[in-house]
Amino acid sequence: MSETNVQRRQFLKSSVGAAAVMIAPGMLLFDMANGKTEAVSSKVRWGMLIDTANCADGCDDCVTACNKENGLSGGLSPTDSQWIRKVELKDKHSGRELSLPMMCQHCENPPCVDVCPTGSSFKRADGIVLVDKHLCIGCRYCMMACPYKARSFVHEPLHDQVPDVPRGKGTVESCTMCVHRVDNGQQPACAEACPNKSILFGNLNDPDSDISRKIRSVASTEIRADLGLNTGIRYQGL
Amino acid sequence: MLNQSPFQFKNRLFYALIAAGGLVVLMGMYAMHMMEQHGHIVTGMNNQIVWGIPHVFAIFLIVAASGVLNVSSIGSVFNKPAYKARAPLAGLLSIAMLAGGLAVLMLDLGRPDRIIVAATNYNLTSVFAWNVLLYSGMFAAVAVYLWTMMEKRMKPWSKPAGLVVFAWRFILTTGTGLIFAFLVARQAYGSALLPPMFIIISFAWGLAVFHIVQSAIYEWNNKTLDEYVQKRMRNLMGVFVIAALYFVVAYHMTNLYFARQAEFEHFILSSGGIYPILFWVGYGVLGNLLPLLLIYLPGLGSTRHVILASVLIILGGFALLYVLVIGGQAFPLSIFPGFEVNSSFGDGEIGLYQPSILEFLLGLGGVGIAFLITAVGIRVLDFVPHEIQKMQRNSE
Repeated sequence: MSETNVQRRQFLKSSVGAAAVMIAPGMLLFDMANGKTEAVSSKVRWGMLIDTANCADGCDDCVTACNKENGLSGGLSPTDSQWIRKVELKDKHSGRELSLPMMCQHCENPPCVDVCPTGSSFKRADGIVLVDKHLCIGCRYCMMACPYKARSFVHEPLHDQVPDVPRGKGTVESCTMCVHRVDNGQQPACAEACPNKSILFGNLNDPDSDISRKIRSVASTEIRADLGLNTGIRYQGL
Repeated sequence: MLNQSPFQFKNRLFYALIAAGGLVVLMGMYAMHMMEQHGHIVTGMNNQIVWGIPHVFAIFLIVAASGVLNVSSIGSVFNKPAYKARAPLAGLLSIAMLAGGLAVLMLDLGRPDRIIVAATNYNLTSVFAWNVLLYSGMFAAVAVYLWTMMEKRMKPWSKPAGLVVFAWRFILTTGTGLIFAFLVARQAYGSALLPPMFIIISFAWGLAVFHIVQSAIYEWNNKTLDEYVQKRMRNLMGVFVIAALYFVVAYHMTNLYFARQAEFEHFILSSGGIYPILFWVGYGVLGNLLPLLLIYLPGLGSTRHVILASVLIILGGFALLYVLVIGGQAFPLSIFPGFEVNSSFGDGEIGLYQPSILEFLLGLGGVGIAFLITAVGIRVLDFVPHEIQKMQRNSE
């Protein structure tokens, strides 16, 4: 084999190698970024059943887990975002006390989605209510409309965001039901973190799921059921 | 030469006024820049009081922009010559205030740079999205209406254009009222009474603004307003103030009747600190009692009294809006009826709001925009009302 041919072969080999090294990570990243190709389906409706009897007074493990998972500061000033909060309740007449976590109730008929001018607030086919951060203009009308005070407005520039949970100054945000975890077959961070297993997460549309079975057997209520919003979060013992 | 000096003085005064208006607008732009740069943390707004002083200014300007067109409608739709002569000025004021109000509303957004998103993505169930169309359509409708009035060849179209504007502004103010009427969960809102209330209120505020501007123009041109016209417009404003008060009373009476609303009414009318003060003193005394006395009390009712009444009506309007918009948010949402509630997110607590100076600057910037458009408009085009002949008037 002539010297020229050897050189040509070596050149071709290294070219192919270099091309592979350059393209492969891109392909890999493209595949990762593309995520799942199948769309979410309305056959599933994600929901939670929260057992207030088990929810310990003073415990806020769910709040801490949420803040960590979603990169929230955990600040408690009126301008800080709180996607989930512990609410202490006392019956005005009987004096009965209880404690429960409160967050976006992921309504079937969400008022925030109705009022959003750009369609930024939307409900996924599987019932999770989200904000499209690219469409939100920061008008805060959804915050006016939400009966549960579930939404926060980002009042300051953000630092150290979690890659899976994009946020943005000047936009509105709320509990995503940890959609990035749910889509990977995991549970929302709050449900996983609860030491008493008070937050039962599952598919409300599947009659054989744990959550559906429990809702059939114990009394549970929606908060402000009178508004007819059919929330995805239900409470036991309220 | 001597004759020219008052003219020169006025000329200089005009430019001084324009410069002052420009400065106010500049300060508004500074406020916007600060909010854009640092976020809404530099305002007093927070996660409980999500709409603040900028919204009070914006809503006032937009509602008054619709109401001031009443002057045109009475002229072109109901054929009253005294009002017809004033229709172009009313149209100009409407465009000016609409521009000012919308500027404030848009510049307060968390992402004002995404205005193109708001213009290209419409969620048809959102009354905000309807309003984007209603407000921009209003500009077009009033501009066409002004054209038909000021261009001789277009005169025959003036009446149909006036009718379109008449209908459009009713729908527009309804849309503004619906922003609040459609809020199901807040105790201050969610009432079908709000849209008609906004419409009637717009008549009073619009006419008050019109009176002030008209008086300024007459003073500037050394003209005196015809006694007959002055009396008619003054009395009309009084009627509008009473009609608006009627709606406000009906709104609070219905609330007081419902046990579940009693706590909220108690907050707004008696225990809520700044809110009851603004309601009773600001809206009740300054916005209603004093203006009505100035208008109707025998011996009063001169042009100077009417100007003072108009200023008071506007101040009362701001007080009423503050109570409705901010007081309505300050009262906590009733998420768990029957329970005492406590949390880290202000559940069950009265929301605290201390407006920052930047919010006022932004709101005043909107007023500045309205002022500049009006002043320049009157200077370059013929918006000064031309008095009608006595003969014509007698035929009314």
